[in-house]
Amino acid sequence: MQVLYGRHRVRVFRFGLRLVRDEQVAEDLISEVFLDVWRQAGKFEGRSAVSTWLLAITRFKALSALRRRKDVELDDEAAHAIEDESDDPEVTAQKKDTSQALRKCLTALSPDHREIVDLVYYHERSVEEVAEIVGIPENTVKTRLFYARKKLAELLQAAGVERGWP
Amino acid sequence: MMAMKKLLEREPGEIEMLLPWHAAGTLNARDARRVEEALVRDPELSRQYTAIREEYAETIDLNESLGAPSARAMQTLFAAIDAEPERKPTASRRISRGIAGFFAALTPRTLAWSASLGAVVLLLQAGIIGAMLMQNQPASFQTASLSTNEPITRTLSSEAPPHALVRFAPDARVADIIALLDTYRAAIIDTRGGMFRLQFGNRAMSKDEAAGLMRKLQGEKIVSVAVATP
Repeated sequence: MQVLYGRHRVRVFRFGLRLVRDEQVAEDLISEVFLDVWRQAGKFEGRSAVSTWLLAITRFKALSALRRRKDVELDDEAAHAIEDESDDPEVTAQKKDTSQALRKCLTALSPDHREIVDLVYYHERSVEEVAEIVGIPENTVKTRLFYARKKLAELLQAAGVERGWP
Repeated sequence: MMAMKKLLEREPGEIEMLLPWHAAGTLNARDARRVEEALVRDPELSRQYTAIREEYAETIDLNESLGAPSARAMQTLFAAIDAEPERKPTASRRISRGIAGFFAALTPRTLAWSASLGAVVLLLQAGIIGAMLMQNQPASFQTASLSTNEPITRTLSSEAPPHALVRFAPDARVADIIALLDTYRAAIIDTRGGMFRLQFGNRAMSKDEAAGLMRKLQGEKIVSVAVATP
């Protein structure tokens, strides 16, 4: 368990943190995830990679944690509201820093969009693996990421950032 | 703004939707090739791919900046594991544990005596079975000479067709592989860890002939590794 924890804790933590947006909750989350893994190790069928299995459990736990935190409704609008309170994409764009603006806009995406972007770009999951983790058909995985990127393009354009596309 | 509107209004193309996975390097060889070909043909797609590469890099930077969990998370986890009730072992595990426990409880001397007794019992058993067989069989003998009624079908290694373990290049197309198999009159007879065991033709080859075949095979564009095997 120590080896498994050592190998996967950082990625599991970061995936959880991007979903729940609270370090304390994310830390509790990874303890819960690995405890579940310890309890259910016998049920792991080896049909997918261990990391895919861990991310699926993390996602499930994160959504449960979010449901428990009724005060934080992380829907699309709330995500934007959180972003608006601090250094929003427009302000960042004024600084003429595309990289920072892009990062802010990535943070401003809805949880569904953030999750799929992270799974594909950071966790390097294939279409099939994302479908397994999120529990949606493979075609939906592809279209969801496309619309996440479209949303990102909208946010960047609203912030006045030109990237040469679209 | 017009371009943006156009993007928002239209449905995404199949290749376009695969671009993020291409950037992350998680597409299979076939899809990766399709995307690469489309990128060469379509400058608009290529521009979009450049933007995707930026998103990809920025997403990694963003995630990497999130840090790591503190030692508290690990302490919580292992404290929780320690507090878990002991799991009931399965029936088979209980039985094997019981047997192991029984033997572990015996002293070395008892164990040695038990083993000797077991050996004596086995010898007795073998003697009884042998005696029973001798009584039941008629007194006859058979020579180990060659039967003239059956054809000789020995396969000597030097008479067998040549074999090789081959790894194809990652971008090798199925059509190219099939063409190569046809050219060499080869058949795939086994696969081992991403390598294919091929048999060339149905007849044996001379040493020089087989070596020439291997050299030619190693020179093929779609072959990464080719090693002759018995």
